[in-house]
Amino acid sequence: MCLGIPGEIIEISQERPDLAKVAVSGVKRTINIGLLSDDPPTPGEWILIHVGFALSKIDEKEAAAALEFLESIGKAYEDELAALRDSRID
Amino acid sequence: MRFVDEFRDADKARALSAKITSLCEPGRQYKFMEVCGGHTHTIYKHGLEDYLPENINLVHGPGCPVCVIPMGRVDDAIHIARRPDVLMTSFGDMMRVPGSGGNFFDSNAEGTNIRMVYSPLDSLKIARQNPDLRVVFMAIGFETTAPSTAMTVLRAAQEGLRNFSIFCNHVTIVPAIKAILDSPDLRLDGFIGPGHVSTVIGCRPYEFIARDYGKPVVVAGFEPLDILQSIYLLMKQLARGRSEVENQYTRVVPWNGNEVALRAIGQVMELRPYFEWRGLGFISHSAMKVRDAYADFDAERIFEVPGVRVADPKACQCGEVLKGVLKPWECKVFGTACTPETPIGTCMVSPEGACAAYYNFGRFTRSRVREASQHEHA
Repeated sequence: MCLGIPGEIIEISQERPDLAKVAVSGVKRTINIGLLSDDPPTPGEWILIHVGFALSKIDEKEAAAALEFLESIGKAYEDELAALRDSRID
Repeated sequence: MRFVDEFRDADKARALSAKITSLCEPGRQYKFMEVCGGHTHTIYKHGLEDYLPENINLVHGPGCPVCVIPMGRVDDAIHIARRPDVLMTSFGDMMRVPGSGGNFFDSNAEGTNIRMVYSPLDSLKIARQNPDLRVVFMAIGFETTAPSTAMTVLRAAQEGLRNFSIFCNHVTIVPAIKAILDSPDLRLDGFIGPGHVSTVIGCRPYEFIARDYGKPVVVAGFEPLDILQSIYLLMKQLARGRSEVENQYTRVVPWNGNEVALRAIGQVMELRPYFEWRGLGFISHSAMKVRDAYADFDAERIFEVPGVRVADPKACQCGEVLKGVLKPWECKVFGTACTPETPIGTCMVSPEGACAAYYNFGRFTRSRVREASQHEHA
C-alpha cells in the first residue's frame, strides 16, 4: 500500500480527463491522474502510482529501477499487483 | 536492466564507501536514522551496512504506516464493521494487524464483512454498487496515501454519495520525527529522509530538524547507491559542521512537494490535537481527522466508536524498534514467538516493517551476531 508502482500512460480518458489507462508490469488498469493536474502526463510518459493515484512523473530509467526494487521485495509486490489486477477504478 | 545498473554499480558503491570512511572522525560514533520502511528494506536486502565503517550505525525509524496503528484503532474499526449494515474496505497490508481481540481476518471469521481493496476509489465503487450498505474505508498511511483518501472524499461529495465514509487514521511523519528528536533514549547525528512521503510534502517540512536541532537531513531514493550517496552527503555536512536539508532524490522529489495533493489533504482533513502511535504513545498534532465540512463522510461521527486505549502486548518491543532504540533482532520475541506468519507486533506484519524486512533477509552476519551477544551480556 505504501509502495509506489511505476506505470506507463497508455491513454487519457476522453470523458474524464482525471482518469488514465496505464500499463504496470503487463497489467492494464485505470488510475486517477488528478493529483498531477498542474502538469498532466501524456501517453508514453511514466508515473509513480500510489493506491490508484499518480503522485509523480518519472523518467523511464527511474521506472526501470523502481520496478526492479519492487520485484526484489517479492510477496509484498505480488500482493500489490494482485490487488491492482482486481481494481476497477472508474 | 542497463538502466538499473547505474544505481547498483558495485565499483561506485565501493568508491562511495571509501569516501564515507575518509570523512569519519577517529573515535567518533555516528548514528543515522532511515525514517522510511522502504529504505530499511533496501539496506537489508543489499547488505548496505557491510559497506559502512563500523562506527556508522543505521537505525530504523517509524516510517511504516501499518506498524504505527495502535490496537485501539483496530478494535474501533472492527466495532464499526460489526454493524450488520456496514461493509468495511481496507488495504491488504492492514488485514493482519492485530487488535486486542484479533485482526480483520479473525473478525471476518466471526461474521464481519471487511474487504480488501487496492484503492479508496475501489471502495467508492463498492459503495455505488451497494446502495443498501454503508461502506466504510479504513484510511491509513502517511502523506503518500492521504491525498488519495482526500480526493476520494471530494469525489464522493461531488457525486452526492450518501453511503460512503472513511475511518480516518492518517498520520503525518514530521511530528513523529520531532518526538524521536525530543526523546532522551536516542542520540542521532542525522536523518535519511523519506522518499515517497517527500514527493507530497517536499523538503521544507524537515528544515526545523536542521535549524532547531542542528541535524542534517538528506531525502533519499530507494536504490542502494541512493542510500550510500545520502550517507556520504550526511557525513560531508557533519565534517563541515553544517546542518541542512538536502535532496538526493531530485529525480522524483520536488523541493516544494505536490501542491495539488497538499491542497486536497488540506481541504478535507485537519490535524487532530493528538493521536496514539503504537509503541510511541500519544504525539501532538501527529494525525489527521475529517473537517467539519465533510462530516457526512466521517465514520467516527456517523458511528459510535468506543475509542478505548489498549496497551501493546508486554512481550512486544515494537515501540523501541520504531524509535530506533532496539534493532529488530534485539527484541525478546523476534523470530521465536513473533514471525511474519504469526506476528505479535506490527513491525513483523508489514513487509516494510523493520522486523519483517530483517527476518526475510536473515541478515545475521558475523558482526551482527557478535553485536547481539554483546548486547545480551551488557
